[in-house]
Amino acid sequence: MTPILETRNLTHTYGAGTPFQSDALQNVNLSIERGEFVGIIGHTGSGKSTLIQHLNGLLKPTAGEILLDGRDIWSDKKFTRETRFRVGLVFQYPEYQLFEETVYKDIAFGPHNMGLSAQEIDLRVRKAAGFVGIPEENLEKSPFELSGGQKRRVAIAGVIAMEPDVLILDEPTAGLDPVGREGILANIRDYQKSQNATVVMVSHSMEEIASNVSRLIVMNHGKVAMTGTPREVFSHSKELISMGLDIPQITRVFLRLRDMGLGVDTSVYTVEQAKEALLAMRGGT
Amino acid sequence: MLKDITLGQYFPGNTPIHRLDPRTKLIWVVLYIVALFSAQWLLTYGLVLGLLIAVVALSKIQFKVILKSMKPLLFIILLTGLLNLFYTQGTPLVSFWIFTITREGIFSAVFMVLRISMLITGTFMLTYTTSPIALTDGLERLLGPLKKIKVPVHELTMMMCIALRFIPTLIEETDKIISAQKARGADFETGSIFSRAKALIPILVPLFISSFRRADELAVAMECRCYHGGEGRTRLKELSYRRVDYIVLIGGLLFVAGIIVLANLGL
Repeated sequence: MTPILETRNLTHTYGAGTPFQSDALQNVNLSIERGEFVGIIGHTGSGKSTLIQHLNGLLKPTAGEILLDGRDIWSDKKFTRETRFRVGLVFQYPEYQLFEETVYKDIAFGPHNMGLSAQEIDLRVRKAAGFVGIPEENLEKSPFELSGGQKRRVAIAGVIAMEPDVLILDEPTAGLDPVGREGILANIRDYQKSQNATVVMVSHSMEEIASNVSRLIVMNHGKVAMTGTPREVFSHSKELISMGLDIPQITRVFLRLRDMGLGVDTSVYTVEQAKEALLAMRGGT
Repeated sequence: MLKDITLGQYFPGNTPIHRLDPRTKLIWVVLYIVALFSAQWLLTYGLVLGLLIAVVALSKIQFKVILKSMKPLLFIILLTGLLNLFYTQGTPLVSFWIFTITREGIFSAVFMVLRISMLITGTFMLTYTTSPIALTDGLERLLGPLKKIKVPVHELTMMMCIALRFIPTLIEETDKIISAQKARGADFETGSIFSRAKALIPILVPLFISSFRRADELAVAMECRCYHGGEGRTRLKELSYRRVDYIVLIGGLLFVAGIIVLANLGL
């Protein structure tokens, strides 16, 4: 089966021909399968944001192509516009893009732009609001009355309401408190499971990535440095650190334990796995 | 698209032009404009143009940057040129359909285009080589005497400084909001003028809200650092007038006087 999204030799150069020229992406080859939950990590300036803005056709590649369902998204104008709806992109701090008088209207902005009927829009708005846990009574409130976490939920719902085939989120939990973080992550997980949706998430928090995604893409200097399951990627902790990335705290603890002479498995990346690994060790000895 | 705006941009450097006191440069811009508008004919235009080229060369600002800054005004420049070309009375050279090109028309078109381009380049050289802080500092000192008649000079220049500082930030923010709304299918490129104007609402509302938020945060931050206006305020970097500044200033006055005299002689 063809992957839902694919990039082939995707290259993007900012300010070509000026002294400020810089390669943001160099020959990026990726494929994202249907129903996958993919995480993208990389330090600031590694090309993550540039990459995801290519995936829904906001930026045009300098070279290479992006395929949605096996078709080049820049092949014709109509298809480029269709891509915007089929690949939903939630920007960083999306609450700053809210503008409507009511939460309901703001969530309806995307579906409305798709030219759907009023009934269909109503259905989608309520469904999307349900996914991200916006209570019914909030729908008629002004988005500016809500708390930061609630605002972000509204913004995410605005993209989910377009029912995209692929949902891309750029640091959906940045700037939220731990409860708000976990709440939004749980919403995204539930959405992904119940819709069998394809989700791509960019994050700086290794814990968040480790405990949610099924596959990881590591970006470094505009190139894909590594890709694999979290276990595979986090087993290369030295390389990750040399790229200026963090590793999950628990992996760090286990690395230290190994340095101290304990024969522990250092590819663990969640507390749950760590518990099992330790119990197994105790059972073994 | 928005990133191409170079208005009020500053290119750091350490050339003789950069090192001049901002007050000298401010006065010089005024003198330069006087000279430019007094210029009459080939010699005077040539002298002012020569001066401008010398300043650009000294400041090491790339020629490309200057061309780019003219791009948004290209239409106005060309329009003025064309109007002058076709609507100046005098000895006809060529004539076709309803258009007549005269000898005087060609000259006045060339001079007009030259004058506007030189005006833009000259004034842009000020912001290119002077940091916004130095610029507002200089302006505040120059307008200092107005404080005597209760003009809030410090407050005005502080506002100007903040406005200049936030131009790039606002441009960046606008870019981001445009992308975010595009991702939700907003369409800014097609439709009637009315629907296009309406399409701006999703950009303007968030932009206003974030500007107010930013202004509020900035005000709190300034108050936290005990900012209370200009009264008794001291500076980290005092402006000091050096000998070279006096020389350049006197040179400027002589230059303008010379241009005016030459122009009156019809040169």
